[in-house]
Amino acid sequence: MSQQNNPFRRYYLPFRGMFDPCPPLGPKVFVVPPNLLIGFQPPDFPQFPPLEALQKGTLWEPFFDYYESPYRK
Amino acid sequence: MWSYEKKLMYPVKVSTCNPTLAKYLMEQYGGADGELAAALRYLNQRYTIPDKVIGVLNDIGTEEFAHLEMIATMIYKLTKDATPDQLRAAGLVEHYVSHDSALFYNNAAGVPFTATYIQAKGDPIADLYEDIAAEEKARATYQWIIDQSDDPDLNDGLRFLREREIIHAQRFKEAVMLITEDREQKKVF
Repeated sequence: MSQQNNPFRRYYLPFRGMFDPCPPLGPKVFVVPPNLLIGFQPPDFPQFPPLEALQKGTLWEPFFDYYESPYRK
Repeated sequence: MWSYEKKLMYPVKVSTCNPTLAKYLMEQYGGADGELAAALRYLNQRYTIPDKVIGVLNDIGTEEFAHLEMIATMIYKLTKDATPDQLRAAGLVEHYVSHDSALFYNNAAGVPFTATYIQAKGDPIADLYEDIAAEEKARATYQWIIDQSDDPDLNDGLRFLREREIIHAQRFKEAVMLITEDREQKKVF
């Protein structure tokens, strides 16, 4: 699964020295979870259907963030 | 007092016999940012927090025990049928000689749980900020375990737990906002 369009990911490129022993991993990704961007939960927040909510771990669509390892191709 | 429901919060399924994953999962069992530390932290801090947000700590602390139970089930399933040889290959020989395949509150490196993992400063802002940080650290730990695990069913359960950490951090942030606002106070200009 591509993480490129995930709004909850940020990237930075670690400094690369001339004599680094290992091949570069490329951009380093970190997670900016939805709870950081929303503030106090507003009223009438969009909800998942009940069964889907139980599976996903949250009732609230904007708080859902699926995680896949960025190293998995 | 608690009432106990004899079921897991989310079904735990493990599809590969890989006891090494049990070793990694112990970080969430008896680690500094694990579910045990979280439950004890919140259920202890709740006594000395403003009334408005006692319930947040109480409910989340209770839920952490439900998470602990899921992690315990995962570790148990991964180790219950492992031979001493398999446990040695998984890096769990030190655990085996001390505990057989019994669960114990160690972290992934085998360091036993200590109360110094948690804090209770008595200052509501300091405590709630610690709780937010604890949730983000637990979320990150779940990410690193998912990165190391190629068991899709196990990862499904871990993703559920990771999402709960996001929600808990959100609720703690809302708790900070609730006790910060002073709408009730009369302002004299």
